[in-house]
Amino acid sequence: MLAAQVLINALVLGCLYACIAIGFSLVWGVLNVINLIHGSFIVLGAYLAFGVYQWLGVSPWYALAIAAPLFFAFGYLLQRLLLNRVISAPVLVTLTLTFGLDLILNNAMIYYFKADYRKLTLSPPTGSISLFDVVVPVDRLIATVSALALTGLLYLLLRRSKVGRAIVAVRLDRDAAVLMGVDVKSIYAIAFGLGAALAGCAGVLMALIFPISPLTSSVYLGKAFVVCVLGGLGSVSGALAGGLLLALVEGIGSTLIGPAHATTLSFVLLIIFLVVRPQGLLGRKGFE
Amino acid sequence: MTRVNLALLVLIACVASLPLFGGAYALRIGTIACMYAILALSWNVVGGFAGYPSFATAAFFGFGAYATAILLDKGVPLSVAVIGSLVICFLLAATLGIVLLRLRGHYFAIASLSLVEVFRELVNNATDLTGGGMGLNIPLASGSGILADATFFFYAMWGLLLTTAVVVMIVSGSKLGFGLNCIRQNETASNMVGLNSTLYKSVAFGLSACFVGAAGGIYAAWVHYIDPSDVFDILYSVKPIVMALMGGLGSPLGVVCGAFLYLGLEEVVWRNYIQIHSGVLGLLIIMLLLFLPHGLISLRAGMFWRKAKHV
Amino acid sequence: MSEILHLRNVSRHFSGLQALRDVTISVNKGEVLGLIGPNGAGKTTLVNTICGVTPASSGVVTFDGKDITRVKTYQAARLGLSRTFQIVQPFAEFTALDNVAAAALFSQPGESLRSAREEARAHLAFVGLDAQADQSAATLTLAMRKRLELAKALAMKPKLLFLDEVNAGLNSAEVERATGLIHQLAAGGITIVMIEHLMKVVLNVCTRIAVLHNGQLIADGQPRDVIKNPAVVDAYLGQQYAQRNAARG
Repeated sequence: MLAAQVLINALVLGCLYACIAIGFSLVWGVLNVINLIHGSFIVLGAYLAFGVYQWLGVSPWYALAIAAPLFFAFGYLLQRLLLNRVISAPVLVTLTLTFGLDLILNNAMIYYFKADYRKLTLSPPTGSISLFDVVVPVDRLIATVSALALTGLLYLLLRRSKVGRAIVAVRLDRDAAVLMGVDVKSIYAIAFGLGAALAGCAGVLMALIFPISPLTSSVYLGKAFVVCVLGGLGSVSGALAGGLLLALVEGIGSTLIGPAHATTLSFVLLIIFLVVRPQGLLGRKGFE
Repeated sequence: MTRVNLALLVLIACVASLPLFGGAYALRIGTIACMYAILALSWNVVGGFAGYPSFATAAFFGFGAYATAILLDKGVPLSVAVIGSLVICFLLAATLGIVLLRLRGHYFAIASLSLVEVFRELVNNATDLTGGGMGLNIPLASGSGILADATFFFYAMWGLLLTTAVVVMIVSGSKLGFGLNCIRQNETASNMVGLNSTLYKSVAFGLSACFVGAAGGIYAAWVHYIDPSDVFDILYSVKPIVMALMGGLGSPLGVVCGAFLYLGLEEVVWRNYIQIHSGVLGLLIIMLLLFLPHGLISLRAGMFWRKAKHV
Repeated sequence: MSEILHLRNVSRHFSGLQALRDVTISVNKGEVLGLIGPNGAGKTTLVNTICGVTPASSGVVTFDGKDITRVKTYQAARLGLSRTFQIVQPFAEFTALDNVAAAALFSQPGESLRSAREEARAHLAFVGLDAQADQSAATLTLAMRKRLELAKALAMKPKLLFLDEVNAGLNSAEVERATGLIHQLAAGGITIVMIEHLMKVVLNVCTRIAVLHNGQLIADGQPRDVIKNPAVVDAYLGQQYAQRNAARG
């Protein structure tokens, strides 16, 4: 049935959206920085998966294990050395700074990798599963499960580990965290590194499903934005809620008024939420 | 008339003499310089005076471009079309502002950024009216010969710059400007002393959009062909901010200087490093934000005037 | 005595927390009403509700004959309601003069910046800040900033002035000075409602006292009677104070 297909598609896409957004959400929620490089991180992760598969013959799943520490280190250093200097500056400055960084990264990718679209095609191809008239491509399914696993890992990290608790503390009340002895500068760098790592891993998963090109980084960024506003900042559950809602709206909207309007719809939804419920479905008020 | 405002008018007057010094290239650069200055001055009203970091400039630039193009297509004379775009953009922005300016900080920034996306997609999809993704051809409006055409558009853009500058200066010294300054410092206190902040912000947003829309209109007529990804380019939102930051937030003279300086740098980079020009722009932004956060005007104030005044 | 402000069954809740519960009270012209009660009783919420900062969840607020239950903050200011903030809210980059000029400019119709600045000088002189007129508000001491708040509130030519803990953080000399100013204002005919914790000041200046506890009005009347009210002693003043007072007679 059409309805079931739309629903399953939304479910699958929603989890992928959540995975794209979770790193972005974490950085925004904890550092109060809108990281405009996020989209480019994702694309870079996709290139990593592509390169690793194309030239080393290594399965993309292993690319996840390579991407995570690499991107974490990149993000950690970026925050510690550069972003930290403007961390207490107004919105305008941090936004423009990350925009500038994104220009550099994106330009570098276009220069070295060229803007042509590439596709990571697994051989042998994995095909798709069909259940009661509902079709799901296997690669998408596995990517979804991996995406859920990643977000689950983050959830456990935030809940169970000492670093995770510190990150949540800083997100809830920065000054109180300082008084409790948390090294906020270090936490900021770790959180940003985590955000980068999650973006890189999300990119690896995206490589399995979507074509890769530096030109797509703004698309990913746009999705991350909308998911964060819809679902709420800084929490895994928020990212999941936002991702599912966005995918559902896009899916139903596509079916009813055509896919060309799907992007417009998502941004109109963004504006509506910003005005009516800026903290999102599951978020907490605050974070100007 | 303060010293700074006088300096600004003198600067703009000097720019008017550009056609005497060069051919087609100088005219082209001059027209873009005036356009950039208009964008920066306009952004400064909502971003510098009122303190609301707007990323919506591209939305109204594109909207104005298309509004003018469509009116020209219907046979409306250029001046009427541009003025029409100005008025439409003012009203549209003021209305949207009532809703969007309730948001602060990051949320307002994102909402204004989303406006660009929404406008672009709407234009993309309204193919009958706008030609959609295939773009719109604009009939040649005036003159004969390439140079005559270029000179006309230079002076059109220059005239708009002068108008924008005068309006901004009047606003700056008026009750509106004073009120926006209050809003920027402490919006709650502003309301408490009887200032209708919603109205003031809305007018500021309208002003930040109307001249931008008109500039978009002149741009469209000048280049004769526009498409959505060209005029709704996010860079038209970001560049004015960089120019304002370079020159000195809040100061009309500063932002205009920032605009000219930015254009100078952009031209140098484009001509020499075309493949990596956006990367170089990114680098420039980073250096600027790290090392000169208050813009050029912070340097000049020390050197040329004894008392640094925030305009 | 004519009534200038009237609250009828005003309630206010914030997602689950009942901050004000059925408050009914009148303020007469020329009175100096002291609003006392323990922290969290709802005193500042009451002022916020009247001034339009947070609208009442239910009930009616009438000011000078007009229903102002749903007015916006800036409208309340223009109607003649003026207030100081417990945590002072200056325009930090402006001079003291421009801070007060802003208040005069936007609350009165037909003012120009120049006339507003002239008026501002007079108000600054009244609170004793004329020497600091051209200093940036950020460089003033707390006591000075509190007086600046008062000057701003006065520049709005209020019919009713709310003073929210003007004496918090001041030493006794500063408190005496502030109290003197309030006496002058009251003598000039402005109706004043003051939220205050210093009972010495309250008994010195107020013509009437109202007591809030847990969002409800538990006493309202002459100062001497209210401080002997057992409910008030229980909720706020404490037995020691009551005994000391009784001893004084």
